[in-house]
Amino acid sequence: MKELEYDIVIVGGGPAGLSAAYSAYTNGVKNILIIERDLELGGILQQCIHNGFGLHHFKEELTGPGYAQRCIELIADKPEIVTMVDTMVLEITTEKTIIAVSPEQGLMNIKGKAIILAMGCRERTRGAIRIPGDRPAGVFTAGAAQRMVNMVGYLPGHKVVILGSGDIGLIMARRMSLEGCKVQAVLEICPFSNGLTRNIVQCLQDYNIPLHLSHTITKIHGKDRLTGITVAKVDDKMQPIAGTEFEIECDTLLLSVGLIPENELSLGMHLEMHPLTSGPIVNQRRTTSLPGVYAAGNVVHVHDLVDFVSEEAEIAGKFAALEVQGKLSMDLRKVEVKPGEGIRTCVPQRLSLPAEGEAVKLFMRVMAPERSVKLEVLSGNEVIMNKVLPVAKPSEMIALELSAEKTKLIGSELIVRLSRGVVK
Amino acid sequence: MLELGFREIDVGGYDSMKFIREMDVVVIGGGVTGTAILRELSKYVLNCVLVEKEPDLALGTTKANSAIIHSGFDAPYGSNKALTNVRGNRLYHELQDQLGLDIKWLGSLVVAVNDEEMNTLRDLLARGIKNGVKNLELLDREATLAKEPNLKKEIKGALWAPTAGVCWPFGVALSFARCAVQNGAEVITNCTVKKILTEGDRVIGVETSLGNIKAKYVINAAGLTADTVARTAGDNSFTIHPRKGEYILFDKTASESLVNGIVFPTPTKTSKGILICTTVHGNTFIGPNAQDQEDKMDKSTTSMGMNEIISSSQKLIDKLPLGKAITEFSGLRAVSDTGDFIIKEGTVKGLIHAAGIQSPGLSAAPAIAEEVVELLRDIENNMVLKSNFKAIVPKRKVFTDLKKEEQSKLCSENKLYGRIICRCETVTEGEIVDAIHETCGARTLDGVKRRTRAGMGRCQGGFCGPKVTQILARELNIPITEVLKEGVASAMFYEKETAGEDA
Repeated sequence: MKELEYDIVIVGGGPAGLSAAYSAYTNGVKNILIIERDLELGGILQQCIHNGFGLHHFKEELTGPGYAQRCIELIADKPEIVTMVDTMVLEITTEKTIIAVSPEQGLMNIKGKAIILAMGCRERTRGAIRIPGDRPAGVFTAGAAQRMVNMVGYLPGHKVVILGSGDIGLIMARRMSLEGCKVQAVLEICPFSNGLTRNIVQCLQDYNIPLHLSHTITKIHGKDRLTGITVAKVDDKMQPIAGTEFEIECDTLLLSVGLIPENELSLGMHLEMHPLTSGPIVNQRRTTSLPGVYAAGNVVHVHDLVDFVSEEAEIAGKFAALEVQGKLSMDLRKVEVKPGEGIRTCVPQRLSLPAEGEAVKLFMRVMAPERSVKLEVLSGNEVIMNKVLPVAKPSEMIALELSAEKTKLIGSELIVRLSRGVVK
Repeated sequence: MLELGFREIDVGGYDSMKFIREMDVVVIGGGVTGTAILRELSKYVLNCVLVEKEPDLALGTTKANSAIIHSGFDAPYGSNKALTNVRGNRLYHELQDQLGLDIKWLGSLVVAVNDEEMNTLRDLLARGIKNGVKNLELLDREATLAKEPNLKKEIKGALWAPTAGVCWPFGVALSFARCAVQNGAEVITNCTVKKILTEGDRVIGVETSLGNIKAKYVINAAGLTADTVARTAGDNSFTIHPRKGEYILFDKTASESLVNGIVFPTPTKTSKGILICTTVHGNTFIGPNAQDQEDKMDKSTTSMGMNEIISSSQKLIDKLPLGKAITEFSGLRAVSDTGDFIIKEGTVKGLIHAAGIQSPGLSAAPAIAEEVVELLRDIENNMVLKSNFKAIVPKRKVFTDLKKEEQSKLCSENKLYGRIICRCETVTEGEIVDAIHETCGARTLDGVKRRTRAGMGRCQGGFCGPKVTQILARELNIPITEVLKEGVASAMFYEKETAGEDA
């Protein structure tokens, strides 16, 4: 078995892993390994051949592979950064030894002074949401179908229904239309869409694809191949309403019903996890509960924009590099960050602040769609910062930056909440 | 050269008078009963063939059930069920190593929640002892909770049956078939029996979708369709009714908040009840309910059924981790009109039935096979045991079960063992290729899944499905568009439309 050692080992070669590597390098650590399970770097971006990426981070509109390529180029001219593709991490021990395997290298023991987790996320399945009915071919997660259409070059079917109006579902509605397929409908159990507004317009409205809000599938039909589905309207508790059922004929059902951070390795290391984000609990440096182990990107919480993934990964990369070089103050004051009224999740979930304070960027999601609300950051009863939000949606992550100066004002607990009825 | 398990049949212009095979025995049905019988027959100097209508073995009742090898206290004393269950359980203890079966002898609990149910447990204990089940024991509340700490604290006690176990039913049937094939028997899939052929008062073979097979004896292990198959020979001596059972399967990480082993509620007059059980692979399931229906094909799950098994399970455990459900499925029990297993000669000579094999059929299968061969020995004088019967079936390598050094060695021998295809279950490309090329190998996506567990995990094939499809196409040398999920019309992917056509 091969024994290897690096200053920083990054698990995942998608945008998070690549951005973390770049940031760690520019912050002084050269001896870096990136481990990627796919045959090439870039992660899921490589199958997202549509545009709309990079407006924040690269200040221009890129396709998924285009964004991936930018990230790859950032490290391509740095020969000290080693990349291993077609390599799977099987386990990470609490002593920060990574056991990985690849066809070329076989089984490896890799030690890292610091480890950055950047494994991304996976899709929720039919089984997880318990759709009753037959179990024919033709039911795919939207991402699996996207890979097949865009990277392998085959169609999952011809007459399509999409369950869930998340971004992948909306993008696939357009993609399938462009491939000459008939997209019969997009169904959404919530009374609002879970995708970006621009995707509703550009992927559904432009193609006359009906979006049925507050509807779900109550039965899947088809012995061998899917033949159709039964759909029903749901009440405010998301339960199907009897008598509202109707059938839609289709040979393909694509599921876009949520993403789950992929944390099998984190669980193996017994990292402290957050029940709502399904990712490891991190501080503002993206340190997990295990010292020397960092996490960034969709493995921490699912993002809607890859730009924020890159930004968060750069934070993780920077602090991992500073820690490895012994440049970090470890005399830190702990602060709990708590979501208050109207806020579902906030990352980081805790702060570890040095005496001089440290700039902190908070990423939040709201519980439900809101208009004209004020986002407030409180320490104790005192509002230390606020921001007016004309519109807030669960599908669109909100970012808010606190300066190092501001963080000095924080007591033992920071609360983020929405305040309604005070804004015109 | 590839050793393809499922031999290709040269139909050569279908002629109803022509026989594509001349055999001593035809076994109809490739479930756990049929394959166990085929293996038992392969101990003798006989030409035997098993025909299965589906593209793979064990796609009927064997595929979807509770996967338990019962101890045998449940069935009425003296019934075929009781006799073959207790005997079958013992045989599995012997067969486990020979056939490389995945079995864990976890023991089972029947839990009582009130005094009346405790009385029922005493009756079950007495019946079990009479049936010949060893080491049964009544446990009090504390002893029960010590075994299963997540059960509700209000329970009264349990009947403990240490000889019960959990297994992988598909793997059992596959190992039976592979053992039979290595001893000269043949397995033909995608081969539907249309009719049992008779001449006068005895069978002369079967007519199948691939042609006629001549045979002196026909063994009917056709599961749900055993009665329809029998009727083609004019044998109306029994009927089979489907009874659906639905299940919810949880992620492996949910097991710690559920059960370690097999937990039944106390049975009622109509049902053994909805159980909570951790499978041999470490996933916990709840189910099955019991719903009689007419349709022998309808294996759909229902929201009513899901609700039924959820609320029933909540009688034993407070909090079900429903967010960790990874799949739901249902199976159909083949229930005979007698309520017992039908293991008997048919109304025409040379026809033997092994029908109505519902629970505990999986547990009983090796014993049913012995009984069927015993019946055959009664009517065929010339049954000679082979001197060179090969009992040991080589076990396919399972990367994730190996020690680090063994994994390392395997990777250096063959690079494909170094490529993980299914990340949830850590299945390598090497194992998938092995599963395709082994005796009775996988021909479909679900066939690969059942043999290797690729796609069995929490992402349910979201990541590995497209990759396994590509591997199947490559290894079977077929286009991607011909790779099937399971049934004959279950294509996964299609060619893209070319630009310009009908645009």
